[in-house]
Amino acid sequence: MLEPSIVKDEEVEYLIKDVHEMYGYDFSEYSRASFKRRVNRICLIDRFTSFAELRYTIINDPEYLKRFVEEITVNVTEMFRDPHFFKALRENILPQLGTYPLIRIWVAGCSTGEEAYSMAILLKEANLYHKSLIYGTDLNPSVLETARAGVFPLQQMKLYSENYMLSGGKKDFSDYYTANYDSVKFDKSLKEKLILSTHNLVSDSSFNSFQLIICRNVLIYFDRELQERVFKLFDNSLENLGYLALGAKETIRFSKLDKNYHQVEDQRIWKKAEHM
Amino acid sequence: METKETNTELVVIGGSAGSLQVILGMLKKLKAKLSFPIVLVVHRKAYSNNILQTLLQQFIAIEVVEIDDKTEIQNNKVYVVPADYHLLFENKKLMSLDFSEKMNYSRPSIDVTFKSAAEIYGKNVVGVLLSGANADGVEGLSYIKKNKGQVWIQDPETAEVDYMPRHAVQEIAYDQLIKPDNLADFINQL
Repeated sequence: MLEPSIVKDEEVEYLIKDVHEMYGYDFSEYSRASFKRRVNRICLIDRFTSFAELRYTIINDPEYLKRFVEEITVNVTEMFRDPHFFKALRENILPQLGTYPLIRIWVAGCSTGEEAYSMAILLKEANLYHKSLIYGTDLNPSVLETARAGVFPLQQMKLYSENYMLSGGKKDFSDYYTANYDSVKFDKSLKEKLILSTHNLVSDSSFNSFQLIICRNVLIYFDRELQERVFKLFDNSLENLGYLALGAKETIRFSKLDKNYHQVEDQRIWKKAEHM
Repeated sequence: METKETNTELVVIGGSAGSLQVILGMLKKLKAKLSFPIVLVVHRKAYSNNILQTLLQQFIAIEVVEIDDKTEIQNNKVYVVPADYHLLFENKKLMSLDFSEKMNYSRPSIDVTFKSAAEIYGKNVVGVLLSGANADGVEGLSYIKKNKGQVWIQDPETAEVDYMPRHAVQEIAYDQLIKPDNLADFINQL
């Protein structure tokens, strides 16, 4: 069933203003179409029958705010989603990164960490893991807890295993985890090189320089102005000749920075040109 | 003063199993210049890349575009919603993609796009629901109807898989029952 239409357009704006002023989370440049659906969805699942009820709870219950931020942002992710993308990383990008003494990778908007773990597996299989660091960031502390635990639903493993094989994986995928009744725990060596931390792409600045930034299906929730600012942030955080990887239907084409980047074949991976 | 005239600004077509032949047949007979865009929401496997776009382009001179996030929408183009994303309209100029939870076991979900089209285009949208084996699309059509848009449904008798259109015909006061042969004619007359 679709989310109901409880919250009106102007009410969404009040809510964004409240949350920003009271708690510092700025959703004002999020794409409205998606954001409005999320607000209506949260009314449905948390049983608010009016906008006033939702607003009252947010204003008066700081604990609820955590849940609000978690539900308002989309945390749907997979391991090795778009296997061809991961195959391109394996075959074209990792050999390039292998020439660096220390490889720094930023998975921006990593949610519950599935792509960071996928990346760790790729690096292991390319024998580069020992000299790599993977930074996983998200604005949401609770999803990072899940990432830190490395525990994922068992029912997903069939799909992840298929994705893994399609990405060029040669091992038995189940070697990477221990199964329990309904969940699996990934091998703890996969998080040895994983640094998880909160970071808000809207308000936080660059914190390191990287040779590869992976940010997939995060920018789709931002409007074009915010996308442009985040591209700048990535540009400031990327070394010359570094790579920026986006989601299957995201593009840097609409950005001013487009001219400084070359697309890698037909992948949604762009290489920063050497200049300045 | 309210005018009765409606000015079609968007045709959005949703289909699942059995809809592809209807869409291909329609494209072949579309006139050369459309004064509105057509958006296609078709259920399919998650990793089917640009296959649908490439296939459809072979049958029509009008440009067929697989939608990237924040694609500007233009008249006289056919837009295909990519596999494994929902499509939303920000306004009449701009489309966004969304990777939130599946709806009716589907991503893209026809309901999600129909509802968004109803909110943005109001009476100036035509929503078309074709053959399919799933209830996705019916609720979305009800939003289009509520916002005074036009609702066309494939005659269940002509549908390869009639569950979706039969469900819709029972629940929605539709404006037009269409057949695979005359869908293009109706669109050409808009």
